[in-house]
Amino acid sequence: MTTEAKDKPKKVYGRPESLKDVGFHFCPGCNHGNVHKMVAEAIDEFGVREKTIGVAGVGCGVFLYNYIDIDVLEAPHGRACAEATGVSRVHPDHVVFTYQGDGDLAAIGIAETIHAANRGEHITVLFVNNTVYGMTGGQMAPTTLLGQKTTTSPYGREFMGEGYPIKMAEMLATLEGTAFVARVACNTPKNIMAAKRAIKKAFKMQIDKMGFTFVEILSACPTNWGMDAVTANKRVEEEMIPYFPLGILKERTTADYL
Amino acid sequence: MMKGAEAIAEGAIHAGCRFYFGYPITPQNDIPEYLSRELPKVGGTFLQAESEVASINMLLGASAAGARVMTSSSGPGISLKQEGISYLAGSELPGVIAYVSRIGPGLGGIAATQGDYKQVTAGGGHGDYYTIALAPSSVQEMFSLTKLAFDLSDKYRNPAIVLADAILGQMKEPVEIGERPALEDIEMPEKPWALTGAEGRDAQLVKSLFLGDGEMEVQNWKLYDKYEKLKKEDTYYEELQLEDARLMIVSFGSCSRMVLSGIEMARAEGLKVGLLRPISIYPFPEEAVRKASEAINKVLVIEMNTGQMVKDVKVSVDRAADVHFYGRPGGGLPTPDDILAEIKKVY
Ligand SMILES: Cc1ncc(C[n+]2csc(CCOP(=O)(O)OP(=O)(O)O)c2C)c(N)n1
Ligand code: SF4
Repeated sequence: MTTEAKDKPKKVYGRPESLKDVGFHFCPGCNHGNVHKMVAEAIDEFGVREKTIGVAGVGCGVFLYNYIDIDVLEAPHGRACAEATGVSRVHPDHVVFTYQGDGDLAAIGIAETIHAANRGEHITVLFVNNTVYGMTGGQMAPTTLLGQKTTTSPYGREFMGEGYPIKMAEMLATLEGTAFVARVACNTPKNIMAAKRAIKKAFKMQIDKMGFTFVEILSACPTNWGMDAVTANKRVEEEMIPYFPLGILKERTTADYL
Repeated sequence: MMKGAEAIAEGAIHAGCRFYFGYPITPQNDIPEYLSRELPKVGGTFLQAESEVASINMLLGASAAGARVMTSSSGPGISLKQEGISYLAGSELPGVIAYVSRIGPGLGGIAATQGDYKQVTAGGGHGDYYTIALAPSSVQEMFSLTKLAFDLSDKYRNPAIVLADAILGQMKEPVEIGERPALEDIEMPEKPWALTGAEGRDAQLVKSLFLGDGEMEVQNWKLYDKYEKLKKEDTYYEELQLEDARLMIVSFGSCSRMVLSGIEMARAEGLKVGLLRPISIYPFPEEAVRKASEAINKVLVIEMNTGQMVKDVKVSVDRAADVHFYGRPGGGLPTPDDILAEIKKVY
């Protein structure tokens, strides 16, 4: 008798099947990689790889298709929720999600986001909030914190003239069309576990036709914050989370909108 | 009897279009109103979007997902759609845009005009691309050219525009359209490139971003080759009374109808005048205009603008004939009398 099977360590951490075996191009300490992996895990968990269509917003996440092994549409900057609406209306039984940064979703694309949410489109929106425009070199975003210095707010963001950072999750939670709204972070193992649960929940609720699901993921952009990865994670904890509180803001338990 | 705008909408349904995304703007509201009523009856989806920007992007999504899909708009709305149209061309996606012009620039006015010829035939958005552009001159053509627009758009995987104006949109004429065919009976090409979920095949991608060294140059030449093929295989125009003509008028769309009345008056006076009417304005019937101008060395271009198509005519004629221009911009309509007077001036 062989004891091989028994002795083999249980696999607790590995590459999700839907994640291609290639290295990420993201900067060290960037959370985009974590989020990609969580998305791939959710797709695997529900066995929906062959009926999932991703829509990549324009930002550092645009190369989604290089990493996740699914059909992907590249949307113009800000318009991913409109593209996802079109895709989902044609394929109502597919799983459709967007992957967007804060410039993409909360600035140029805020109208498309709000209206897709309000219509209760059966899509999942993953919103990577890193308080800057990562891809274009760290300019001020709608989510940039007060006092935060960026390449276009060199003296720090001020309310007078630049406004307060937008809380997208809170805003969207007020709409009848949203079924699930959560805000999570990737800065600690505990938060990562909660983020995974939220993303899975969002996909599950879409599969169950509950309506629009939204997960805001507070993420680090060490490069444009001018920090190392450890300090960047600390910033998420000490500056971002106090302003952008974590948790589930809304969760519909039945399709009570019907 | 059918209204022009409704003929566009019905043409779309006959072409197998089951998805429409749009935003209200005069003078094209008859199209969304008609489709909001009729699409649900054939199992289709009508969605009034939050803006023209959103609607062209919803169209892009539906097109990438493999559907025949249309949007419609006018002046300012088409300007807003141009980024999306450029992405459609860049991503090699089909999609039909019905354009019922209004006067510009700015908010302008809603009367009939041909001031958007330039915008429509020059690509309109950023980058080295063109949209297929068809210009009907009757309600019957509003119907048939919309159907053709879907076929060409799919054939070339490139956006196609049907360009009309308020006259054509509002005009009622008898049309022959036949029964609405069932979706299964409509001939549509396979779309193996469409995003349908990677079931039983490798994952697919629809994108317009090509960052690799030289990739974009290859992509631009690929588009160029498509437009060359389009010119060869799908240029459309009509020639009327050119056989014995000493003067050729070039005019398109609603304007060409008034030109025809002017020609009739001129012929009654013994003046030998004929018409070349571009039906596809992109691709422009360069070859046909050049050939005709070799025999008839006087050309008069009549447009409802300050002179847009005349530039394409001049390039096509390439100095083989004298090219004159008569234009009425900003909602001005050339009457048959005006046209007769212009004919006499240059004859
Ligand atoms: C219409 C348009 N405007 C501007 C840009 C340039 N642009 C590309 S990405 C980007 C912002 C990216 O920031 P964000 O959405 O926060 O994503 P991140 O890179 O931080 O993940 C901008 C402004 C564009 N591509 N298109
Ligand atoms: S610039 Fe910022 S968001 Fe972009 S990959 Fe680098 S760390 Fe990530």
